[in-house]
Order: sequence, then C-alpha cells, then structure tokens
Amino acid sequence: MTNYYRDNADILFHFKNMDLTRIITLKEDNFAEKNQYPYAPKDINDALDNYDRVLEIVGEIAGNFVAPRARMVDKTGVTLVDGEVVYPKGTLEAMDRFKKADLSGFLISRKYGGINMPLVAFSAAIEMMARADASTTLVFILQGLPDTIQKFGSEEQKQRLLPRFASGEIYGSMALTEPDAGSDLQSVMLKATQAENGKWLLNGVKRFITNGCQHLSLVLARSEEGTKDARGLSFFIYERDKNMKIRRIEHKLGIQASPTCELQFNNAEAELLGKRKMGLIKYAMFLMNSARLAVAAQAVGIAEAAYREADSYSKERSQFKSPIRTFPAVYEMLIDMKTNIEAARTLLYETSRLVDMKENIENHIELHPEDKTVFKNDLNRYSNYVALFTPMVKNYAAEMSNKVCYDAIQIHGGSGYTKEFNVERFYRDARITSIYEGTTQLQNVAAISGVMAGVAFERLNDYENDNDFGSVEDLFKLSQKLRAHLEVAVSHIKEKDDKEYQKICTNRVVDMTIDIIICYLLRIDAAKSDRKRKVAHVFISKAKFRVKSNLDSILSDDNCVKEFCDDILS
Amino acid sequence: MPLKMIVTIKQVPDTQNISGDVMNPDGTVKRSALPAIPNPEDLNALEEAIKIKETRGGAIIAVTMGPPNAVKVLKECLYRGADEVILLSDRRFAGADTLATSYVLKCAVEKISDFDIILCGRQAIDGDTAQVGPQLAEKLKINQLTNILEVIEINDKSITVKRSIGNGYEIVKSKFPVLLTITSQANEPRSPSAKRVMAYKNIDQKMGDDSYDETYMISENLAGNIKEWNVESIDADIALCGLSGSPTKVKKVESVVLTVSDAKQIPNTETGIADLIHELTTQHIIG
Repeated sequence: MTNYYRDNADILFHFKNMDLTRIITLKEDNFAEKNQYPYAPKDINDALDNYDRVLEIVGEIAGNFVAPRARMVDKTGVTLVDGEVVYPKGTLEAMDRFKKADLSGFLISRKYGGINMPLVAFSAAIEMMARADASTTLVFILQGLPDTIQKFGSEEQKQRLLPRFASGEIYGSMALTEPDAGSDLQSVMLKATQAENGKWLLNGVKRFITNGCQHLSLVLARSEEGTKDARGLSFFIYERDKNMKIRRIEHKLGIQASPTCELQFNNAEAELLGKRKMGLIKYAMFLMNSARLAVAAQAVGIAEAAYREADSYSKERSQFKSPIRTFPAVYEMLIDMKTNIEAARTLLYETSRLVDMKENIENHIELHPEDKTVFKNDLNRYSNYVALFTPMVKNYAAEMSNKVCYDAIQIHGGSGYTKEFNVERFYRDARITSIYEGTTQLQNVAAISGVMAGVAFERLNDYENDNDFGSVEDLFKLSQKLRAHLEVAVSHIKEKDDKEYQKICTNRVVDMTIDIIICYLLRIDAAKSDRKRKVAHVFISKAKFRVKSNLDSILSDDNCVKEFCDDILS
Repeated sequence: MPLKMIVTIKQVPDTQNISGDVMNPDGTVKRSALPAIPNPEDLNALEEAIKIKETRGGAIIAVTMGPPNAVKVLKECLYRGADEVILLSDRRFAGADTLATSYVLKCAVEKISDFDIILCGRQAIDGDTAQVGPQLAEKLKINQLTNILEVIEINDKSITVKRSIGNGYEIVKSKFPVLLTITSQANEPRSPSAKRVMAYKNIDQKMGDDSYDETYMISENLAGNIKEWNVESIDADIALCGLSGSPTKVKKVESVVLTVSDAKQIPNTETGIADLIHELTTQHIIG
C-alpha cells in the first residue's frame, strides 16, 4: 500500500503549515452550502480536513493503482484505429477510477456536481498523479477546461455541460495550436462563420491537440473575417460529431498515453463561449494559464518520481566497496535534486494560492457586487501576482524537472539508460514540460514586464512585512542582499533604455527573480522547521552565485551575442 | 425491482503488511501493532454488491460484528457505496469462533429480513477459515454459492455465477434469497468516493440504537447514523454468542519459520528414487 500523499513529507508539511483561511472563506462564501450538500464543509477546519481526505484518495489511487500500470501504459501507448484513438488499458482503467472516486469534478462547484476544491489542492493532486504516470495524468489535468466554461460560460451552458464533466461522462481538450500558429497564437486561421440561423460553423485544422479525440473541445477560431490579429479571435465550444476528423496522431518522445491529435473541422457546428473577439485575449489566456500551472505541477511530480528512484538506487548500488551515495559527486547531485524539487513545490503552492485568491475574489465580487470597491485593490494586486508567478513557476518547475531526470539517469549510470529502469521514462516524459503551454523562453517573455514594473518587489515586500524572520535572520539578510542585486539589475536596464538590450537580458532577469522569490519562500518555510532551514541554506548558498553571475552579466553591457550572431551562425 | 443486499464485513489486522516487530515471541500477532483494515475479500463482496446496485438498482446494508472501533470498517463501506451500516457490538459477543459469529450474524440478518442477496468475502486474512459465510447460509436455510469468480447474470429472481471448484470452474444459478462468497478474482474494489468521504466522515454512532427502518431504501437519503445493535437488539440467545457459544478451543499456537533451502537434484535412477522415498518416509512427509 503506497499512498503518494501520506508518504510525501514535503506535501504534508505544506498542507499542515499553509494558511488557507482567506481562500476558504471566500471560496465557501462563508459556508453558505453547509446545509445544502452533505459533503460541503461547515467551517475552516472542516474544509481543511476535506482537502486532506480528498488528497489521501488521490494519493491512494496514484500510488496503488496508476503507478503499477505506468510502465505498461508507456509501452502500449496510444494508437489511431479507423480514425479513432485507442488509449492504453491502464489509462482507461485510471479514468474509470477517478470517475468512481468523484475526482472528475475537482474544481467544479457543488451546484454543477463537483467537489469545489481549491487550485492549491488540484496542484498537489496533479503532482501525485504525475509521479505515478505523467501521461495518464493529462486526462486528469484537463479539468482546467470545465473550469473555463464555469468561469465564462452562460448559465445554460454550465448547467448543460458541467455536470457531465463532473460525473466523468465527458472529457475535453483545448484546441488552440495550428500548423502555423504555435507560440504565435495571434495568427490562428481556423475559420468560424455564422450561418443565417445564427449557428457557428468551424472550418480548418488544429494541430498538437492533447486529447483532441475527447468529446468536447474549446476551439480558438477566427470569427471576424479580414482580421489578422488577436482581436479577430473568438472561443467556441465544440461537441464531437462526424464533422470533425482526427487526421493523425503524433509519434512522440514521451507521454505515450496522451494522444496528440491533428483535427480537421469541416463545417463543424459549435457554440460561442463568452463574447466575440475575446477568444485569445481573455478565455484562451485563462485556460492557458491554468494549464501552465498544471504543467508545473506535472513537472514537479515527474521530478519527485525520478528523485526517489535515484535516491534508492544510490543506496543499493555499490562501487569501490561503498554505496555510491557516499561519494560527494553523487550526494551533491541528490541534494540538489531534492532541494530544487522542494523549491519548485513551495513556488508551485504559492502560485496556486495566488490564483486561488484572484479567482475567488472575482467570484465573490460576482456574487456580492456591493463588495467591489472593498476588494478592488486586492483584485488588482493578485491579478498582477498571478500574471508574474504563473510563467515563473512553469519555467522553473519544467527546467528543474528536466535537470532532475537527467541527473537521475546519471546516478543510475548505464543502467539508467536502459528500459529496465523507470528513469528513462521520466526523462522522456519530463522533456515536454518545458515546451507545451508555452516554451520556457516564452514564459520569460510573459514574466519580464511584471518584474520591470515592480510586481516582484511588491510581493517581496509582502513577505517581509507579513512574516517574522527572527529565528532565521541570517537567511533573511542573505535573501535581502540578493533582492538588492535584482534592484540594481532592473534599474540598470531601465536607465539604459535600450529595448534590444532588455530582450537580451530577459532570461537572466527572470531567472534572478525566480531564484530570489524562492529564497524568500524557503526562508518562510525555514521558520517552521529545522530541516527546512537547512534546505533553505543549501538553496540560498547556491542561488547567491547564480544571482551574482546574472547581475554581473547584465551590468557588463556586453552585447557580443547580438553583435556576432550573424557572423558566427552564418 | 430493486434488490436488497446485505454485505458482511470484518475488521482484520493488516496481515499482508507484516514486519518483524509485530510478532509476539510465541508466534501470535500483536493486533495492536497492526493497522486494522476491512478484510480484503469483504471489499470484493461490497464491490460486487455496488456493481449489482449500479446495474439493477437496490440498497446495500453492511454489517460487522466487532468492538466499537470496528465502526472504521463500516465507514469504509459508506465511503464506497453502502446505504446503511450496522455495528453488532456487545461484550457478550466477544471471543466468538466462526459458529458463534455466524449465529450472531444470522440473528441480525433475520432482524433486517426480506433480503435478496447476502454477500460475504470468501475468507478473512486473519483466520482464513472460510466458514462464516457457509454457516450463515445454513443457519438461514438458504442457498449458498461459494468461491465466486464472476457474476454472469442477474435478474429480478435469480443470479448466475461462475465459481471456482479448485481445479476448474462451474457455472451455477440460484434463485433468491441466496448467500454468495466472493473471491478477490471477482473484481477490483473501488477507491472511496470523495463526496461520500466528506459526507460521512463525521457520521454519528448511535449507541444501543436497536431501531430498524427502511429509509435507506430511498436512494436520495443518506444513512443518518451508524446503528449499533447488542444482544437484546437482535434477540439473540446469550448461550450461543461469544465465548460460551464457541466450541472451538485453541490448543496450541506454533511459530513456523519457513526457510528456503537450495533445490536438490535427485538422480533418475532406482537408488536415487529409493533414497528419496526413504527420506520422505523417515521425515513423516509421506506414509
């Protein structure tokens, strides 16, 4: 019996120590549903206990059911037979399992049949599922999709569709990418035309659509003829019928249980979600941000799995008459893996809570418009935080996961390169996390404006004001010093007033910011546990050199990469 | 027609995850050192009942006999799909062997009455007797189908199953009422449902509540509480309960340490085989 929740001391640490009072109060609207649904919480502690129990169920399914099937699922993979996707048996069994355990409506409100969990619990759930099987997890991850309908759909759409998602009857996909519109979604060409009877018809091709074979797709399409940019795009709900064909599925490096479909729409009838022209700007962005957070959680889960394999192998494998973990070159790798996983996790939960705050404030204002002015500042603040933290956590978790899986194979030596061990699967599965839902490079582009506008510093102020660092003063001082480095870097770039130079510095500035935010978060954790103090110490002792090196690079004004680019690459 | 099903469930020490420090020197198990879990094949019985309910409609009543903390296994039943749960708990039930256990269960089942199917796990992982189910059927004078591998068909009046007969299987049919004992091959028990866990985690236990009504037969109703029945509630004869109703006496407990030794090659000759037979006879393995 392996429960991926109960056996993970770090997840338990976070759920024991994080303060969710404000999120729960908003989310439960002062426990308005306590007499309406027997499974609605009565107070804060009851809600926390519910989260704990639900995560225990997820941990049990992940550890005892999904993990033992993962190897076979990876080996079988998905196939396309007569235009229909065939999933591996283990994935279908896992889907049935989620459904029977009421986990299909994780984020859906109770009134539409869901269990109304906060995002921070969803992130933990994805992480545990991904530790078991990163590719089967993708079906579970796509719950951001009903969440988008819940947020922007009409009441009629919500009542018609959400209970079907919540019961596990239907699953969905997000159909954004096209052959010529990947990172640049503004150039989406799939056409939506309105027939005389008012119905919308879709025509065109979507590519790289994860689980595109599922019953419902949210499709980004050009509804305004003659336009070429984001303002001509709308979002459509499409329920599968014979007018959409799966042309092919991709043969990929990893995530073998996840069908990546090419979809051909031929006069396929669809309905508008929300308002016209807001497709990319509002709805697809919301969906994509929730998917980015989910991918970050997935990346942490894969890294956790890889670390655990490497850790146990390093104890069992002896060379030169000693277990290999006694050698500094090996144990330093293990410490880095573990520290960086915990760094990613604390950033993941922080980001999830920020999104929870923003979303629940918005919901609250919708339910109680009279409170709009009271919450105006908070909403503004949290919206800025979310816009900055989401791309940062996606960047960090995905890159971290790739590195951890790389090192996990390294620790296994030649054995790790064979199919006999699980680490090669983790390595293949991790690789996509820094690509889909926006590459790491694009995450940095999304994050840089927030850093330059001072949003990161505002959040660091919150940390400094809201916490007592008396017990970890040494770490506090170090973190403050690093913050000063970032301030210097940002003002240097501002003073230079050179757009091109800012672009060249983007990755370095965002990497500095991520390091510093994590230093602060780990330091907050350190005040609650002696072990965490050591984790923070190790992270900060390594981060300080990275931050300094990035600062030196920015201050150097060295433009050689741009200057010599053509000459070297020609 | 909705079916009324009773599932018997037993709280057992988790003997499948035993480590060195949970054994007493005399070879018995320190029960307190092991987590108490629902007997695994009883969960297979519950799962089969839930599957029948999903296809045919009906209600599931889970019954356990045990100390007050056995409510834990009843909650596990509620979390997965039981509609009503009953704890049979009384000091006078303590020390029961299979005969006394099946007697108490029989009295409880008679109080519940008008059932269609009783589902039991084939056997428990602590005693491994596989006796309680068959004894219960005998006492109730109803049909029993044991060692079930698969439920093949079920209608309003009868059930057809595939049952193991050791070296093969047979397909048999019985009318209701009938008692089934389910094996682990029949299904894979589901995980607890999130909604049911949140709804039932704080359910009250009603001590000494010997009432019985059928409100749980209406599917929208949630079980209001865990009913606890004692000797009087089920109108049982004390002489047949607990220690006094148990003819089984444990004479001796022996700690058997199984050791694996290397395989031995016997030469395929007259002498080789004669030596082997001699060795087996002197060690009283044969003859």
